[in-house]
Amino acid sequence: MHLGDLTEAARRWRRAALVLLLIAGLGGQVGQTVDAAQPAEQSVPDGFVPMDDVPPEDQLPAAPLLAAAYIVVWVLAIGYLWTIWRRLGRVEKELAEALRRVGETDGA
Amino acid sequence: MNRRLFPWLIGLSLVFFVVAPILIVRAPLEQEMGLIQKIFYFHFSAWMAMYLSICVLGISSAQFLFRRKPAADRLAVAAAETAIVFGLMGLITGPIWAVKSWGVWWNWDARTTIALILELILVAYLLLRSYGGPGSDRLAAGLGMFAMANLPFLYISTNIWRTIHPPTSVVPTLPVDFGIPLWWSFAGFIVLCLALLTVRVRLEEQRATLDRLYLALEDE
Repeated sequence: MHLGDLTEAARRWRRAALVLLLIAGLGGQVGQTVDAAQPAEQSVPDGFVPMDDVPPEDQLPAAPLLAAAYIVVWVLAIGYLWTIWRRLGRVEKELAEALRRVGETDGA
Repeated sequence: MNRRLFPWLIGLSLVFFVVAPILIVRAPLEQEMGLIQKIFYFHFSAWMAMYLSICVLGISSAQFLFRRKPAADRLAVAAAETAIVFGLMGLITGPIWAVKSWGVWWNWDARTTIALILELILVAYLLLRSYGGPGSDRLAAGLGMFAMANLPFLYISTNIWRTIHPPTSVVPTLPVDFGIPLWWSFAGFIVLCLALLTVRVRLEEQRATLDRLYLALEDE
């Protein structure tokens, strides 16, 4: 083996070591960047955390619920009255027809 | 039932219902619940109208069962139907109030559970009348009396069992500012209940007349 060959081999090893160091350095940098992008470990809960008060932005507004309740009452009352009216009209029509038939039978 | 009574009753209830929102808006806000507490005026009144209908149902069912009065049976059918309508009003307005005040739509506490069971008994009464066949009127009368027997339990449930409903002592001790819209709405619902009963009984009377006429035609 010549001295020139050894020098060449040493150069290759040195180059490979430099590439490895560079990769290792970059990897470390990237890892640090990713770590920095993650929220702090303390702020990540293991599960659901209970809360006593509902934040104001999550609370249901009272006015639409109140209006809905009163509309339901009005709709039910008027709707029911309307169904009775319709049924009564139908029965009275049938009644008039039956009375007419009774009159015809009596006349005959 | 007197047919001339209906226009007066429905007119009077209309007056009550037109004025009621004005009184309710002017009533003070309740400290704990705020605006949503105003559902109370219609919610309570609807239940009271249901109580009245169920009392009519129970008494007229007993009259039909023990004295065989057909007019009492017609009144019972009408009362069962109006009780379902007012019960439905209570069962719908209650959860709307609850979702804001308690944070849940439905709570299986004693009062809400008994109220739901009572509503189902009334539905069973009407189903029995519609599909029960011959003799179902007497069976239904027994069910009507059973529905009335449930009323005291519904009323005192909040005093006996631990529930999130306020106890019955709240209404008698209401301050005047809250009391005026409440008793006004209450009167409106009672008059409306009587108006609906009157016209519903009229429907049953006409049906009975029609049945008699068809029977007469068949005989001839």
